[in-house]
Amino acid sequence: MRHGKYRFLAGALIVPLTLYGVFVLSPYLQAFQLAFTDWNGVSDQPRSVGFGNFARLWDDPLFLAGLRNNGLMLLVVPLAVIVLALALAAGTRGTKVYRVVYFFPQLLSVAIIAVLWQFVYTPNSGLLNGALSAVGLDSWRQSWLAEPDLALWSVMAVMIWSSVGFYVVLFSAAMESVPDDIMEAAAIDGAGPVTVFRRITLPLIWESVQVGWIYLGIAALDGFALVQIMTVGPGGPDNSTEVMGLGLYRTAFTFGKFGYASAMGVAIFFLTLSIAVLLLRVTKRERVELA
Amino acid sequence: MRTKHAFLTLWAALVTLPLLWALMSSFKTDAEIFDSPWTPPATPRFDNWSRAWEQASIGQYLLNTLIVVGGALALTMLLGALTAYCLARYEFPGNRFLYYTLIAGMLFPVFLALVPLFFVVDNLGMLGTYHGLILVYAAYALPFTVFFLHGFFRSLPGAVAEAAFIDGASHAGVFFRVMLPMARPGMVSVGIFNFLGLWNQYLLPKVLNPDPDHYVLAQGLAELAVSQGYRSDWSGLFAGLIIAILPVLLAYVFFQRQIRAGLTSGALK
Repeated sequence: MRHGKYRFLAGALIVPLTLYGVFVLSPYLQAFQLAFTDWNGVSDQPRSVGFGNFARLWDDPLFLAGLRNNGLMLLVVPLAVIVLALALAAGTRGTKVYRVVYFFPQLLSVAIIAVLWQFVYTPNSGLLNGALSAVGLDSWRQSWLAEPDLALWSVMAVMIWSSVGFYVVLFSAAMESVPDDIMEAAAIDGAGPVTVFRRITLPLIWESVQVGWIYLGIAALDGFALVQIMTVGPGGPDNSTEVMGLGLYRTAFTFGKFGYASAMGVAIFFLTLSIAVLLLRVTKRERVELA
Repeated sequence: MRTKHAFLTLWAALVTLPLLWALMSSFKTDAEIFDSPWTPPATPRFDNWSRAWEQASIGQYLLNTLIVVGGALALTMLLGALTAYCLARYEFPGNRFLYYTLIAGMLFPVFLALVPLFFVVDNLGMLGTYHGLILVYAAYALPFTVFFLHGFFRSLPGAVAEAAFIDGASHAGVFFRVMLPMARPGMVSVGIFNFLGLWNQYLLPKVLNPDPDHYVLAQGLAELAVSQGYRSDWSGLFAGLIIAILPVLLAYVFFQRQIRAGLTSGALK
């Protein structure tokens, strides 16, 4: 009755597995090999340099600048997004129209967001400086993306702007599953809104917060498109917005140092992995079940 | 209560103002944009839009994007559903191994694969081609799709499939005519997720699609914005930006309930 099972399986799986093997798996594996060579894309035989590329990373001022900037993003962006999103999600209980609006940036591709915000930050004809002048704050006008001290923060503001909406929707969906009678009971017992949030809502939606934290942590190690499109250089004034992804891209496709770029890729991979594991551990809590 | 609403309104303004401002600027002259960024145009200039569409090739980029994203989405959904179904509902040696190998693709940052991927695509002669981008997009969207739909196919009742087998349906028949229709809600969710993900691609086309005639929207706009310093047509660029934003925003306004439900169910899985 069920004959032909293996023929069906083989027929169904051959295309997706080939595609995955050729375009995903093999590049990932090759990257680890290339990372130990000085391959420049033209020589037939990549020459092994052992751990040389990795040693070089520690003396590469651009890579270190990228590491530092991604590190700052990792500290600032997820925290800001989660705090803002939690506050907004709690605030929108009952008024759904806000959530529809907050979600807008999530729909725009990151390149479009970068172009849009480049305009917002433009010194003379941008929205931000125009708005500051309109309310009489002329002295606050800045060339936002050209000041080394401001450029990275301006980029981080865009990251936050574009991600908050999704987490508002995510957290408010989780909050809706918290039964009203628990909240009411707590309110009757005299708990203020802050206590209710801290002691009841937050523990019950912690799993979504944890998921969000990991997504955002991984995203904070990217930043390629925003920096590449928005900031001068690219990489910003004095490398103030340099990110590791941009360094990798430039090393490979501008300078043709493919072996060295692969070593950067391996470093980014291990950083991503450690951060995911670390965040899983740090955000670990007793799982709270609704009775 | 007052401060709560002030806070909510403030964020709504922060989200919408840049978009409205770009919309307004797309109807202004360059001079108006430079002199008074903050005021509406004296007379709306629709020629910015036609200039963006034709001279700045936004129309071509939009078409390229539709071809690549549409093709990749169709391929991802078909292959992802087939793979997830086979792994979820058939016992065979190596099943677990294949599943975890596929899922592992979600853990690795694309940056790691970037250099070798470029040469793989180059060696296949697929740099800057539609089919090259479609295949790569689909391959990278596969892990999440399989992960998501695997759980979905697991949870479907087996009795219906059994009945179809007894009625003489083939394996493929059961999949396409019985199981796939039952998995529709899951397909819709993951389809929305994939659409936004593929639409959002920038790094992959930047590396794999060097041919300006085949640029996708994100690439084309970024290129225009970067070169705008040399050959300034700001109003046209704003119009191009709005053309790029509008289709998805309109789709969202009509389908916002499904889109947000689909995305959150995916993220919480």
